[in-house]
Amino acid sequence: MSDLDLTSWTCPAPLRDRPRVVMGHGGGGALSAELVQQIFAPAFGGEVLAQMGDAAVLSLGGARLAFSTDSYVVRPLFFPGGSIGDLAVNGTVNDLAMSGARAAYLSCGFILEEGVELETVTRVAEALGAAARTAGVEVATGDTKVVEAGHGDGIYVNTAGIGVVPAGVDLRPQRVVPGDVVIVSGAIGVHGVAVMSVREGLEFGVEIESDCAALGGLVDTMLAVTPDLHVLRDPTRGGLAASLNEIAAASGAGVVVRERDVPVPPAVANACAILGLDPMYIANEGKLVAFVPREHADAVLDAMRAHPLGADSTIIGEAVEAHPGMVVARTGLGGTRVVDLPLGEQLPRIC
Amino acid sequence: MKYIDEFQDPELARRLLDEIRATVTRPWALMEVCGGQTHSIIRHGLDQLLPDEVELIHGPGCPVCVTPLEVIDKALEIASRPEVIFCSFGDMLRVPGTGRDLFQVRGEGGDVRVVYSPLDALRIAQQNPDREVVFFGIGFETTAPPNAMTVHQASRHGVKNFSMLVSHVRVPPAIEAIMSSPSCRVQGFLAAGHVCSVMGMEEYPELAERFRVPIVVTGFEPLDILEGVRRTVAQLERGEHIVDNAYARAVRPEGNPAARAMLEDVFEVTDRAWRGIGVIPDSGWRLSPKYRDHDAEHRFSVEGIRTEEPAECRSGEVLQGLLKPHECAAFGTLCTPRTPLGATMVSSEGACAAYYLYRRLDVPAATAREASPVV
Amino acid sequence: MCLAVPGRVLEIEERDGTRMATVDFGGVVKEVCLEYLPDLRVGEYAIVHVGFALQRLDEESAKQTLELFAELGMLQEEFGDAWEMAAAEAGVAPVEEVGNQ
Repeated sequence: MSDLDLTSWTCPAPLRDRPRVVMGHGGGGALSAELVQQIFAPAFGGEVLAQMGDAAVLSLGGARLAFSTDSYVVRPLFFPGGSIGDLAVNGTVNDLAMSGARAAYLSCGFILEEGVELETVTRVAEALGAAARTAGVEVATGDTKVVEAGHGDGIYVNTAGIGVVPAGVDLRPQRVVPGDVVIVSGAIGVHGVAVMSVREGLEFGVEIESDCAALGGLVDTMLAVTPDLHVLRDPTRGGLAASLNEIAAASGAGVVVRERDVPVPPAVANACAILGLDPMYIANEGKLVAFVPREHADAVLDAMRAHPLGADSTIIGEAVEAHPGMVVARTGLGGTRVVDLPLGEQLPRIC
Repeated sequence: MKYIDEFQDPELARRLLDEIRATVTRPWALMEVCGGQTHSIIRHGLDQLLPDEVELIHGPGCPVCVTPLEVIDKALEIASRPEVIFCSFGDMLRVPGTGRDLFQVRGEGGDVRVVYSPLDALRIAQQNPDREVVFFGIGFETTAPPNAMTVHQASRHGVKNFSMLVSHVRVPPAIEAIMSSPSCRVQGFLAAGHVCSVMGMEEYPELAERFRVPIVVTGFEPLDILEGVRRTVAQLERGEHIVDNAYARAVRPEGNPAARAMLEDVFEVTDRAWRGIGVIPDSGWRLSPKYRDHDAEHRFSVEGIRTEEPAECRSGEVLQGLLKPHECAAFGTLCTPRTPLGATMVSSEGACAAYYLYRRLDVPAATAREASPVV
Repeated sequence: MCLAVPGRVLEIEERDGTRMATVDFGGVVKEVCLEYLPDLRVGEYAIVHVGFALQRLDEESAKQTLELFAELGMLQEEFGDAWEMAAAEAGVAPVEEVGNQ
């Protein structure tokens, strides 16, 4: 085992072994990362893209702006606690918030499948509008396209957003140092389980609604304590495990997580138990994970807990010097396990 | 969840570990048969917490790992057909066949759907009468009754467009094959708890006697596994080799009679090839002639399948407990969860994947104990 | 194999001639086929695998098993910790042992 080159696992398989796109490429895990690293990044080039942040931080005309885009392909369109409209706003607002920016304006592109009921389009549009007002962001421009029936899942939405990054705020994984405290803003796995509960083939009844929410306000309260937070991430696809792994890999620090401190609602834990899934890999849409300099941790935690979206914030671990680039969990029994980057989609299992 | 959480209690785990430590006087090699048990052991770090004298060898209890390459290739062929909706448990989607897996078939336009229960596949068949719906019926004795009931229902309700590709495997012949191997190091077995929930314990005393090994029916939560280990080690220390039930809350000696009756009706015993091990006589189930109409093997003639395993893959030796995953030259280099050579790297409780996902960090057991107290 | 979890039966009904149950898994509710447990009653627990109840969970047995585990510790407290005993016999200070905090 000691001969094993711990960095070699990031070396991707040659893409010619997988000539077509598979669902896993959209899963937010290692396959998605490969697609970007091997196809998009080389094709586009550019310094800003090379940063690989959730949002791009740009200098333009003297202002420091955060700029981000996301596409929403969720099925079903409406799920307990939200819809594709809510996700389309909050997802992009949150990407900007992770750079410290308050989203000011959004663009919004719709791809509609021929034959979709206009009533459905209206419901989605209204949800989107309401979410934008709640988040304090304005939809400034948009586009609509229609594809032939059978070529879409009803409705796809893309939003892009822009906002100003406050002075003194520099949030990116490269700022993480050993000793940083890892804080999560609340219980994990909620959104993913809510969506799964109504997905065909997996239906189950559960009192869980998506946690979809705009995090700009929460981030503001954290930055008010100190602008010197190191990195923020909203753990969407791939869950907490994906975000921690991305940060560990990009920063070169190791990350230790104490499983018993990670808040998981019983309904999420139980749904995962039935399907054989790990809550660490399940999507969240209204949570963030923060790496905070140790000296500010308590104050930031208090500020988060005072905010409605951070009431259940907890310290779950820290950045360490050991096992650089790797996320390791202390199990409830005191053992250790490596928490790997998810490969692709999380699939229910019988074993 | 009730009757899960209580069996993960750290304080009780500590007491069981203490008890094991107090009992053991020399090294013992135990095998847990069930992949779900392997998953639990690795996921909770139980093998790190056990005293060094107790070695856990991970057995071939992962139906995903042992499903023969030929069957996977048949599944891939059937799933590629445009008229077919191919339904499967999630576990099978990433298992490599010769050159591709079901995920890739989906990427090429195949209608491959993950289901939680075989009844979901039957429902899909009823909702899509113009399509052929095929369900991938793999698994051990635990999954066989659900699959059997589904075929039985299909027959009863005349769902003509539903068929099942069956590749069931049985535990007792596997234990026999492992113990009969000259290089076998296993001294005691943790038998698969949920398999015994269905089949009962009748098949094991003969094996315990013949091979002089303790066989302890064991559950899946940390306390269950530690108790299984405790009882097995206690027997070994006393020189005993009997069948014992450490999972009494879910296992009765006679198993589930209604399930066994259905298995008798729907399936018949057959020789089965275990990927990486070879053919084990009478170790599998296939659909009985009565249910031929719903047998995908008969409905789809899959000709000309040429199976080919990568030369470097040593899954077979790992499955038999002869090789630890990290002792394989391809482990972590050519063979990773993203680029698996064999099924033991694909399935989350295949021994190789378990090692890769959870054990890449080289933490000596003693350091782990000092640094991470079980409280 | 064998990912199966215990759930409590909330309701039982016949559907298309098949005995089905609504089962509660700590707040997650799912439809489960009960054909293999014809005597199982509402309020009882069953082990469920891929949508089928395969065996009744014996609650009394579960309780006894947990009590057995708890007693292990009690015996130890009565007779002293194995590590301490070994150390005392060897005439050295006991190694700080897992969980003794």
